[in-house]
Amino acid sequence: MNTHTGLGRLLAATALIGALVGANAARAAELSVVSGAVGNDLAEMQQQLDRFAQQSGHTVKLVSMPASTTDQFGQYRLWLSAGNQDIDVYRTDVIWAPQLAAHFIDLKPHVAEEIDKHFPAIIESQTVDGKLVAMPMYTDAPALYYRKDLLEKYGKQPPKTWEEMAATAKEIQDKERAEGNQQLWGFVFQGNAYEGLTCNALEWVVSFGGGQIVEPDGTISISNPKAAKALDTAHSWINTISPPGVLAYQEEDARGVWQTGNAVFMRNWPYAYALGNSDDSAVKGKFDATTLPIGEGGERSAATLGGWNLAVSKYSRNQEAAIELVKFLASEEAQKFRALTNSRLPTLVALYDDPEIVEKQPIVPRWKEVFLNAVPRPSAPTKTKYNEVSSEFWTAVHNTLSGNGDGESNLKRLAARLKRLQGGEW
Amino acid sequence: MAGPVSRNSELGRQRVLAAWGFLTPMLLVLALAAGWPLARTIWFSFTDAKLDSLGSAEWVGLLNYLEYLDYGDGDGEYFGLLFDEGWWAAVWNTLRFALISVTLETVFGLIVALVLNASFPGRAIVRAAVLVPWAIPTIVSAKMWAWMMHDQFGILNDIGLRLGLLDAPIAWTASPDTAMVAVIIVDVWKTTPFMALLILAGLQLVPSDIYEAARLDGVHPVKVFFRITLPLIRPAIMVAVIFRALDALRVFDLVYVLTPNNDRTRTMSVFAQENLFQFDKFAYGSAASTLLFVVIALMVLLTITLGRMDLEGNRS
Repeated sequence: MNTHTGLGRLLAATALIGALVGANAARAAELSVVSGAVGNDLAEMQQQLDRFAQQSGHTVKLVSMPASTTDQFGQYRLWLSAGNQDIDVYRTDVIWAPQLAAHFIDLKPHVAEEIDKHFPAIIESQTVDGKLVAMPMYTDAPALYYRKDLLEKYGKQPPKTWEEMAATAKEIQDKERAEGNQQLWGFVFQGNAYEGLTCNALEWVVSFGGGQIVEPDGTISISNPKAAKALDTAHSWINTISPPGVLAYQEEDARGVWQTGNAVFMRNWPYAYALGNSDDSAVKGKFDATTLPIGEGGERSAATLGGWNLAVSKYSRNQEAAIELVKFLASEEAQKFRALTNSRLPTLVALYDDPEIVEKQPIVPRWKEVFLNAVPRPSAPTKTKYNEVSSEFWTAVHNTLSGNGDGESNLKRLAARLKRLQGGEW
Repeated sequence: MAGPVSRNSELGRQRVLAAWGFLTPMLLVLALAAGWPLARTIWFSFTDAKLDSLGSAEWVGLLNYLEYLDYGDGDGEYFGLLFDEGWWAAVWNTLRFALISVTLETVFGLIVALVLNASFPGRAIVRAAVLVPWAIPTIVSAKMWAWMMHDQFGILNDIGLRLGLLDAPIAWTASPDTAMVAVIIVDVWKTTPFMALLILAGLQLVPSDIYEAARLDGVHPVKVFFRITLPLIRPAIMVAVIFRALDALRVFDLVYVLTPNNDRTRTMSVFAQENLFQFDKFAYGSAASTLLFVVIALMVLLTITLGRMDLEGNRS
């Protein structure tokens, strides 16, 4: 009798466990998230994914991509057009929403509660025809990094204008080289012909008062003396304060030169702040960051609005789990972790007053104003033609930087080409 | 059984039938794997296809290749691929790249093959070692060279500076003057072993008694090379050159990794990829791919004609 009940209980328990496991197996999905990365992005993402896997029971595979946003876009466009079911969640650049909107599901109904906690401008940038294409995970606005120790040594202040920046950079570079620091350069930025150059050059042009390439109403404004002046100024840096190789640098190349202590100034995104203060960094504790300089005749410092978002593929077979993952990675907890480990700027308003972030990553709260005034790239007015506009722009800039024509003639050509590209309407 | 069999005889018909039987699977696979995509690309080049809506592509005729925009005041302008400066710059880049890199590879490959053909101790190891660059995937070697050519961390500049060959680091992939040189250097490094291997195979088929006769007659070694070796291995060299030229004309990976988006190195394939996937111009990219196919076909025909290639095997 006893054994009988015992056996019965055992059987019942087994059945129950079986049912639980079975139910769990039916619910647990295998997700794939694809992401490009600079710096520590992937390591940070993996840590977050591990926590998500623990909490939810889903397994997530992280598919890594090259750092260049241009390369990522080509691959994603191809996968999405082919209706690829292998990738559930895409990490998308802030400029992609209008071009890829058709392939992603509308997240709005799923994040109704969270949506108001994010900065409205960022949500706006990811909304196409009322559809929330992607959920922001962090935002980006570049800074001018400078070496506190070197500026102090030569009694300099962080520069307010590009002219000051170039003069300070030149002076420190020359004096330091005379003292035997042969590798030192004044200023590094992203000069490779890719999307990053569009960001850099847009900042120069706007800070010189030269407009935003294509204005929000669709007017092509790039061919003007102020914009030409901006590009010619940038051209004058090459081989004087910037290494000639800067014309092939992307973010990580610039950071490489900077973090080995070989640059006085660097233009880069906030992620370089946390990495610059890591233990193996030659500039740990020796630098700070400020807003990018203003151009001659310009009125404001300009920072290009960047940032990355998460979108769920329409072709995913695990959309529910994928939405869960997106909500997790965009949550307050995840954004705080990202800000603390990687100095990535949160898209949640409340986090800018978080005491722990204020203490450990002081650049984050200071950056709130910067990105609130950040300049968007003209991806909204130019719609599906944005990539081509950007490519035409960075080509004109790269030509100017490498001395292949001056700012005025290259921008005149650019304006004519954009006009043709525009056709009847963008 | 040997000897010609008339096609009209019973046996002849059977053989022809058998031959078709054996060929059919191969032809089918070829049609599916090569013919169908090619035909589709050519079709898309005459439509207004977009990557997101390939199904609803509509015929637009030659518009992607050639379009005359009439301004209505007696003035007008030509557009389309045939009038696209960017495309012709890409064609010119590709031809220049192919010509220079294949020439260098042939010369170096020949030298390496001649060395490897001589017998010396450790030849087997050297032969294997020479093949290493060819065994490395192009993407990997391109990335590797990109770091070696880096202006700040690169070993090439470091060596050059230490030896006093350079007075300032060269930004190999960044400067417009050296970008193409950089691409060619990497390509030559990578594919010379392939050339050497094919030419070596040709060299080993040259009967040694001819050399012996030449030596007995006291012919100068240089003359032996130009009068005996070169004519005898010419077919092997021609095959190798055509293989390489085909490869070089559709070069993509190397340029894409080493110097992406650079006007001076953009090749036809990179141009096509950019339009197909980066920009919203799938049809235009298809037109570029179609012309790429035409250009390569022309180049191969030209090489075969000029090189008096014997593809039929009629001459002996």
